[in-house]
Parts: sequence; structure tokens; C-alpha cells
Amino acid sequence: MRRARRGDAVNPVPARRNPLALLAAAAAVTVAALLAADLLTPALLLGGTLLTVPLSGLGPRRFLLRTWPLLFGAAAIGCSNYLYGDISAATALGLSLRVLAMALPGVLALASVDPTELADALVQHLHAPARFAYGTLAAIRMLPLLAAEWQTIGLARRARGIDAGWNPVAAVRLFGGRVFGLLVGAIRRATRLAVAMDARGFDADHPRTHARRSVFGRVDCAVAAGGVLFAVGVTAVSVAAGSWRFLTGI
Amino acid sequence: MARIRFDGWGWRHPGRKAWAVRGLDLTVEPGERVLLLGPSGAGKSTVLRALTGLLDPDLGDEEGVLTVDGEHPRRRRTPTGYVQQDPESQLVMARAGDDVAFGLENHAVPADRIAGRVASALRAVGFPYGPERPTAALSGGEQQRLALAGVLALEPRLLLLDEPTANLDPAGATAIRATVGTVQRHTGATLLLVEHRVAESLPLVDRVVVLAAGGGVLADGTPEEVLAAHHDHLAAAGVWVPGHRVAPRRSAGPAGPPLLAAAGVGVSLGDTPVLTDASLTIGSAEIVALTGSNGAGKTTLSRVLGGLLRPGTGTVTLGGDPRPPWRWRARELAARVGTVFQDPEHQFLTPTVRDELLLGPRRAGVGEAAAGARADELLARLRLCQLARANPFTLSGGEQRRLSVATALASSPRLLVLDEPTFGQDLRTWTELVDLLDAVRADGTAMLVVTHDLAFTDALADRVVTMAAGRCAEPVAVTR
Repeated sequence: MRRARRGDAVNPVPARRNPLALLAAAAAVTVAALLAADLLTPALLLGGTLLTVPLSGLGPRRFLLRTWPLLFGAAAIGCSNYLYGDISAATALGLSLRVLAMALPGVLALASVDPTELADALVQHLHAPARFAYGTLAAIRMLPLLAAEWQTIGLARRARGIDAGWNPVAAVRLFGGRVFGLLVGAIRRATRLAVAMDARGFDADHPRTHARRSVFGRVDCAVAAGGVLFAVGVTAVSVAAGSWRFLTGI
Repeated sequence: MARIRFDGWGWRHPGRKAWAVRGLDLTVEPGERVLLLGPSGAGKSTVLRALTGLLDPDLGDEEGVLTVDGEHPRRRRTPTGYVQQDPESQLVMARAGDDVAFGLENHAVPADRIAGRVASALRAVGFPYGPERPTAALSGGEQQRLALAGVLALEPRLLLLDEPTANLDPAGATAIRATVGTVQRHTGATLLLVEHRVAESLPLVDRVVVLAAGGGVLADGTPEEVLAAHHDHLAAAGVWVPGHRVAPRRSAGPAGPPLLAAAGVGVSLGDTPVLTDASLTIGSAEIVALTGSNGAGKTTLSRVLGGLLRPGTGTVTLGGDPRPPWRWRARELAARVGTVFQDPEHQFLTPTVRDELLLGPRRAGVGEAAAGARADELLARLRLCQLARANPFTLSGGEQRRLSVATALASSPRLLVLDEPTFGQDLRTWTELVDLLDAVRADGTAMLVVTHDLAFTDALADRVVTMAAGRCAEPVAVTR
């Protein structure tokens, strides 16, 4: 079944690419950032990654909404290491940039990935078990229901006369009870869903066909290769400039 | 079309002492349309699950013979259509078309034929959107319709439906019944339907089979024969037999000043207004039924009035307290307002039924002896005595419903707020609830009941308030 790809108008380039190509490119950059312990490498990697932000289809506002915990976390890691870790300001800055350069490509890639297409690609190209891929997909579909259920459980507890008021111990206990209630509900729902999937012939022992064909074309190869080349290239430049150090070069 | 044969068949769920079904002898000929009735616990759902091939003999105990077209259901690879109650946990995929395709993929239908079958199935059930429609954006009735499209696309020889309309409002239920008829006509499949609401289901079937509580078949024949011969017996077993009239209960409670007054209540979820300008008063010992289509804001209004949600605008005074109920501490609230949620399991907090009944009074500071006496009184009144030590999560649907009402009554509140208390209940539990709430009104407790159930409002309500688009229409007085 051919589909009009999700968000054709909004994010024209990456959403039409195979999710595996995007994730492979992102993984290459992440690995390069992980390996290098200097300032130049993550700065170059991050600069290159930021150039792809417009392609992800995220506007500046949605980009910040999605990444602020990451920005905050990276800044916090740099600051705390500078203040308590006895390292230079340049190293601390490098550390912050490294965290960003490692995480941002994945965030951007996932912003363009449709979960259904990712499951299709995993099953068709990487031969991931359908039970795992589509089971996870069905579970992801349940997440918004869990959010609504979380609220209902909280209200139901108040209706039974239970709230924490200003008592922190009671608040922790109450939170625990609420999580338990949510888990019980989630397991029951998951059981019903598994029954529904089985009833529709979802069975690991029998071959199944694919309604949606996941295409990994030449452009997808180019995207994945581009990510790898960029990561290797930046590392090479950094080595040539004498800046690159392995893992922990403090 | 499939031929079904049960011969001395029985099934025991793993870890259970009692057999869910035992000694069942039943043959269903190809293309027959059968309504399966019986008291709760007679094993109707177990029979459908066995036919779907969902019961694994390695896990439970099976005896006797069960065949579909001469084969055990677990060995069949021919698709069977199975739809159950809960719309939310039947859909697998994020988009409507993908969900219909899911069953076809599983049965290895060649990829180039899938799109055509998906499109014609969606058309046949009258699905109002395209295949790209997100399944999360569908109402319960639309989700059930999509589930039926998924069944139809498989072109099954056997159609098994386990109360497919139990969780829907009346309009949605009517639409789904029509769709079931469409699917059966298109496929010509043998149909086994489990439904409490018999009158509405009769146009879909040509044979009625009544399972006995202890096992086996109690009655079997055309709908006319079976219903004429077993009318009273079926009603006593909780089946909604056609023409069963429930006499109105109109006990007058003690007169008193109005208990609750709400004016101009508005609630928004994000940028979407749910309630715009809702106003309502409830007298003491008055039962007000809140009706209206799905999405009209009934549940939201009931939560505001029950002190659980703080509205964006508007005022609510309850019992003369100058503070609005959403500012009360929880224990204060529970002593004055009892809220019964649609899903009883959301409210269970303790390991035993009796503890559930003790919790409210204890939180309200009632003495141990008085709380115990109140709990025992409620246990007796709601026929839960023999279950006093059972875990609330192990009770049947009807028992859980009775317990959730009992927990709200335990702290003797002045106002009881109930959200769809009769949803999916059989006639027996339904009648018990009506009698109980009538007695509670006679004791002087007011009630706000969110409900779609016209029989329930006819039998019990003093006033019916219809909501539309976040507002309350003029209340309609019911003659006492």
C-alpha cells in the first residue's frame, strides 16, 4: 500500500527518507562525538548537525520545546564539572558540546521518523521479529491512553479521600500507589491487546506479508553514507589539527 | 461457511478449580446466526475464545471435542473474525487503513491485493474517514466500526462477537449493530453473538442458544420459541429480555434546602473548551440524570461538581460551604461527596472488599467500631458478605460495580456522583442498582448520574438535564 508520507508538506526531505538511513547517519555522528574528548570535534559535529535542523521540519519554537531538557542538561554537566571537577573552562565547554553533539542527531532523526515506518523498516530490512516491532508499535499507541488513565487514577484517589496535602512522605507513598494502579491497568490493557492481535492471526510461526513496502533506495544509502563521511571527516580534520584526543583526554 | 461442533466439551482456566464450561453439546450449521445468552459466569466468552483458537490446551484443561469445519480451532489457519467489548484495546496500528491491513498481512495475503481489500472493507462498513485517519482520533463507535472493517477484510467463515456494543452510547450501539448485519451479509459467515440487550440484537440472528450456569445448554431454538418459553428464567438470570418492564422507583427523600448550586462553569483542555457555561442545581434527596451525546462535557461537569476538578470559570456551592468543593481536602470531600467512576478498578485501593468499605470512614475519622458496623451493613445490603475477604480485582464486573457504589456510600455522603453506573451491566445488577439508589435517595442523599441509559432515567430520575456542546439545556421535570 502506497502512502502519502507523513507531513509531506512540512518536512519534505527527511520524512521521505527511510528511517533506518536517518538513524544510521545520526548514530555515526553520535559515535564520533562519543570518541572525541576535545573541543574542536564536538563543535564541528554540532555545527554540522545544526545545519540540518531546518530539514527536520521543526520550527525554532518546536525545536526548543523538544530540546530544552537536553540543552539544560548539557549546560548543567559542563558547569558542575567546571565548578567541582577541577578542569579548565575549555574542557568543560567541550564536555557540554560533546553531550549535545551526541544526543542532538538522534533527537532530530526521531523527529522525522514515523513509528510505523520505523517498524516496517526494522522488520523488512533488518529482519527484526514482527512480534517485537509491531508489539512495540501497539504499545506506543497506548501511551496517550496511559496519560489519561494517570489523571483519572489521581482523581479517583481524591474521591476516596486520599491526598498528600503538605506531607512529603505521604506524597511519595501516594505516588507509588498511583504508579501501581497505572501498571495494573496497563498490564490488563496489554493482555487484551495481545488477545486481539492473536485473534487476528498474529503468530510468530507463520509467514506474513507486508502491506507497506519499506524502500531503502540510493538516496537513503547516500544519507547514511553522508552521515558516516561527515563523522569520519570531522574526526580527520580534528586529528590533523592536533586537537583530537581519545575518550578521556583530560 | 463454518460448521461448529461441541461434543461434551469443557474448559478449565489455568489455576482454577471450577470449570468455566463443561458438558457442552452444540452444533451450529454453516451460515447460521446465533445469539448466545446465559447468566454471567456461564462461559459465553470462553466459548467464543475457544472458537477463535485463543485457548491454549497446554495452559488450561480441555475435555471433549471441539471442531470448526472438522478441525480444532487452534489448528485452523482460515481467518476467524473476533471482536470484543473494549474498542481501545483492539486496534493495533496508528492509522485506520494500516489497522485493517494488519489482519491481512498476518494471513499472508499478497501485498498487491491488500490495499484494494482494505478500501472495500472500509467502504462496506461506512467508515467515514480515509485510510490515513489516526486511530487515536476515533470515537468508541468509530473504533468498533474499524475493528469490524478489519474483520470483514479477512472474509472470515466464522464471525464471533463478544458484546461489541457494551461500551458504546445508544447511537453508537445502533450503528454498530447495523454494521454487524452488513458484515454478516457480505461474508455469509456463521455468526455467534454474545449480547445482554436481546431486543436490539434479534434482527441479527435466527437462533437463540441459552447456556446454563452450571454447564451445558439450557434452551435452544428460534428466538420466538426460546424467549416465550424461558422469558422469566432469562430475566432472573440477568438477560435483557424484550418487553421486560421495570416499574419506576420514586421514593421521596426528606425535603430540605437545595444541596448544590453551580453557575457559569467553564473548563478548557488546552485551547479546547470542554464546558462553556454550565449551570445546574440539585435539591437534597433529588436524583438528577445528566445526559447528552459523547463529548458534550457530562463527565467533566460531574467531576467539577464532585470536587475533583477545578474549573477555569464559574462558581459551585455545595452544602452551604463558602469554599468551592475543589478546594476541600480529600478527606473532607470524601465524607460529603461520593464519586463512583465508570471503571470501578480505578478506585480500589485495598487488598480486601471489607477494607475498601472501611477506608472512607476511617479517613473521615469515624471510630473503628462504627466503621466496622457500617461496612457490615453495606456488605449485607449489597450481597457481598461472602466476598468480604476477596481481593476487589478478582470480583466479576457486576460485583465490582456494587462494591464501588458501596465504597462511596460508606462515609454516608450527602451527594453521590455516578458516571455511567449501568454501563455493560446485566439486568440483574441493573435492577439491584436501581433499587439501591432509590433506597439511598429515601435516606436523604442527592445524586447526580451521568448516563446514556434511558431505562435507568425512566425508572429513577427526578429530573433529566441534557447537555450539548458544554452547556446544560433547560431541565426537564419528570412527574413523580
